Amino acid sequence: MTTPLTRPKRKNPLKRTRLPLNPQGVRSRTAHGLTAAAAEGRFALQVCEDCKTVIYPPRDCCPNCLSARLPFRDVPRGGMLVAETTVRTSTDPYFRERTPWRVGSVKLDAGPVIVAHLHGDTVEGARVRLEFKLDKSGAAVALALPEQDTPHMADDPHLREMTCDPKFRRVLITDGRTEVGQAMAKAFSDAGANIVFVGIADQWKPFPGMDKLRQIERVEIVPLDVTDTESVTEQAEQNGSRIDIIVNTAEHVRAGGIVDRHGLTVAREEIDVRYLGLMRLAQAFGPVMRFRGADGVNSAAAFVNLLSVHALMNWPTYGAYSAAEAACLSAAQCMRAELRPGGVKVLNVFFGPLETEWFQTVPPPKVTPAALAKAVVRGLQQGIEDVFVGDIAEDIRARLAVNPKALEREMAG
Amino acid sequence: MTHRRAAYDNIVICAPVTIPYRRYSTHSAHWWLGRSLHELTRAAGITPKDIDGLTVSSFTVGPDTAIGLTQHFGLSPRWLDHIPFGGASGVVALRRAARAVQAGDADIVACISGDTNHVDSFRKTLSTFSRFAQDAVYPYGSGGANSSFALITKHYMNLYGAKREDFGKLCIAQRDNALSIPFAMMKKKLTLDEYMSARPIADPVHLFDCVMPCAGAEAVLVCREDTAKSLGLPMVRMLATIERHNAFGGDVIQHRGGWEVDIGELWAMAGMRPSDVSLVETYDDYPVIVMMQFEDLGFCKKGEGPDFVRGHTFTNDGTFPHNTSGGQLSTGQAGAAGGFLGLTDAVRQLTDRPIGTAVADAQSAVISGFGMINYDRGLSSAAAVLARV
Repeated sequence: MTTPLTRPKRKNPLKRTRLPLNPQGVRSRTAHGLTAAAAEGRFALQVCEDCKTVIYPPRDCCPNCLSARLPFRDVPRGGMLVAETTVRTSTDPYFRERTPWRVGSVKLDAGPVIVAHLHGDTVEGARVRLEFKLDKSGAAVALALPEQDTPHMADDPHLREMTCDPKFRRVLITDGRTEVGQAMAKAFSDAGANIVFVGIADQWKPFPGMDKLRQIERVEIVPLDVTDTESVTEQAEQNGSRIDIIVNTAEHVRAGGIVDRHGLTVAREEIDVRYLGLMRLAQAFGPVMRFRGADGVNSAAAFVNLLSVHALMNWPTYGAYSAAEAACLSAAQCMRAELRPGGVKVLNVFFGPLETEWFQTVPPPKVTPAALAKAVVRGLQQGIEDVFVGDIAEDIRARLAVNPKALEREMAG
Repeated sequence: MTHRRAAYDNIVICAPVTIPYRRYSTHSAHWWLGRSLHELTRAAGITPKDIDGLTVSSFTVGPDTAIGLTQHFGLSPRWLDHIPFGGASGVVALRRAARAVQAGDADIVACISGDTNHVDSFRKTLSTFSRFAQDAVYPYGSGGANSSFALITKHYMNLYGAKREDFGKLCIAQRDNALSIPFAMMKKKLTLDEYMSARPIADPVHLFDCVMPCAGAEAVLVCREDTAKSLGLPMVRMLATIERHNAFGGDVIQHRGGWEVDIGELWAMAGMRPSDVSLVETYDDYPVIVMMQFEDLGFCKKGEGPDFVRGHTFTNDGTFPHNTSGGQLSTGQAGAAGGFLGLTDAVRQLTDRPIGTAVADAQSAVISGFGMINYDRGLSSAAAVLARV
C-alpha cells in the first residue's frame, strides 16, 4: 500500500538545497527506440519482422533468426514479477541517496525477461504491467506497476521520480487572459497543485472569465507580461524559487502566409510573444528550476510548451504562425538539453486547431481548451515528453511518420 | 554425428604464479600482468624469448589487448590469444593453449591474467561492462553484479529451498581455508552469527556473500611434458575440459549453467567419476553460483545443492575440499585473475606446494569457471579436470 504524500511544509530558507543528480543516461543508439516510446507513453519493444520474436534488451540482430529487421512495435505490457531484490548499496551517486531501491525480473507475456524498477505495490510472484518511463536522465527505463491500480499509487517514490505529477507542486500559468490559460488553471487546481500562479499583463484591463478565474481554489493572480523582459524577470525574482511547473499559455494566432502577408508587423508580434516570450521565460526561470530538480516533494519538475502541431509541418493558411511555432519547437529541444542536468522535463504538447475565436473559420474537429488542459495534466502525471492532442494532431503525426513529402504537398491544399 | 575429441596427450601445466593481492593499487594492469610474466620466467628458469605463445585476460588493461602487450613486454610470440571471458578465462586459456601446444603451433604458452584496482575503477567497470549492462542493467539502481546475483539467488532460494545459512556455510569454510593465505583480503575467522547479521547489500545478498575487488595477477605455463621435464618443473596433467557460452537462454532466471550441457563429456574424457576427485575449485563470485556448480558438475542432482552443502565441511582438512586458497570470497577478486585463482592453487596442491593448508593425498582436481553477466545471467561456463603426474 502506497503511503500518501503529505503536503510539504514551508521550506526553511537557511537549509541547503539538495542538488540534482542523474542516473546514468548513456544508451546505445538502438536502445533509444525505447526512449522514443517512453517519450509518448507507449510500451514498445523490438519485434523481428521475419520471425516475430519479441526482443529485449535492444539488439541489432535477431537472436532467433539473425534478421536485421527489428522495428519497435507496441506489445502487450503484462507479465509476472519472478524475483525481486532491494538494492541497498549502489556505486552510483544518484541511487546512493535514494536507496533502498527495489528492482526485479519480470517475465513478459510477450516473451523476454525485463529487469525493471518496481512500484512499491508490486509483489514477487504476482502479475504486473510494465511501462517505459523517462528517468531523470531523460532515458527510458522499465517500471513495473501492480496489475490493478492501488490507492495513492501515483505517490510512490520510485514512480514520482519519473513523473512530473502536479500534486503538491506549484505551477505558473503564464497567461490567464486566454481561454486555454483559464482552463489550465482549473485543471491544475483540480489535480492538487499547491499554488496555481496565473500571470496577467495589465491587470487593470478586465477580461472575460476574470471572475471565474479568481474563484478557482489556490489560484494566485500575479503580474506577468511575456513580451516585457522586466516583467518576466521581476516575476522570477518574486516567485521563481517556488515554481515547480511552468505552462506557457501565451498565444498569438493570426491567419496568413509568408508571401501574401503585407509587412512584418504581425510577424514581429508573433515572434515577440511566442519565440522571444519563451526565451524570456527560459532565461528568467530556467536556471533556478534546474537548480531545484531534487528539492523534495515539490521539486522543480517540468516546463510545458503548448505548440501547434503545425510546428511539425507548415500549414500555409496559418503559414507565418506555423513558422513561429516551429521556432518554439526548436527552442524547446535546446531547453530539454539545458534543463536535463537538473532532471527538469520539457513537455511539448502538440494540438490541432482549438475551439477558440482565433480558429473561428476552421472546420472541426477542434480541441477545446479543457481537453488541452486535461491532456497537459495527464502528460505530466505520466511523465511523458511529447503529447498529441486532438484528431488533427494525431493525423499529422501519423502522416509525418509515413511520408513527410506527401504531407507537405497536401497541406498546400 | 560428432567427432570424438582428441585427448590432451602429454600436455601439462606448470609454474603456477600468484602476485600477492592488494586492495587498491596505483599501478596499471600492465604492471600487474608484467609482474606475473616476470615471475613466470623466474619460476620456470626461462627467458622471455622462450615464451612463444601468450594468452592475456584482463578487464582493466584497455585500450590495449594481448597484441599491444607483446610490444609492451618485448615478446615475439608465434601464437597469441586475448581471452576476455572473466571468470571462465582460466579454463578457456588452458584449453586454447593446450591445443596450440599439441598441434605444434607453440611450445611454451604463458597464460597470464591480472587487473589493477584504482579507487574508482570498480564503478567505471560496472557502468560500461557491456552494451546490455549499459542499456538495461546499470540504470536500474546501479547495484552492479550484486543486484544481478541477488535476483539469481532469490530465484534459486524460491525454487530449491536454499537458506542463507547454507550460503553462509560455504563462505565460512572458504574463510577457514583463507586463514593460511598471507595475502588474503579477509584475515579473520568468520562466524555464522557474523555472516547472518552482516549488512544487506541487495536482498538476499549480504556483505559476506560479496567478493572484495582488489588488484592482483595469476599465471601458469602450458607446455609438453618433455619440455617441463627438461626444465625440471613440477607439473600436472590435463585430462579433460569443457566450455559453453550462452546456454539455456530460455530459462527465465538462471538456475543452471552451461556445464549441464557438457558434463557427461567432461567425466567421460577424464575417465573419472565426480566422487573420484580430491578437490574442487569453483568460481565463487557469489555462493549461489558455487551451489549451482556442485549440481551442474555432477556432485549432486539439480536442486540438491542445499542438502549437499549441509553434508560436507569444504575445508582443506575436511570432507570435499573446496576453493583451497580461500576463493575470491575471502582472498579477493583481482578482476580476470579471479578466473585463475582456483587453477593456480590446484596446480600447487597437486604438486605438493600449496601456499596454505595442504589437502591430504591430492590426486586430482576439478577447476570450474563462470563468467560475464552480460545482461541478467552469467554467459560463460567452463571446467577442467587435472591430475597429478
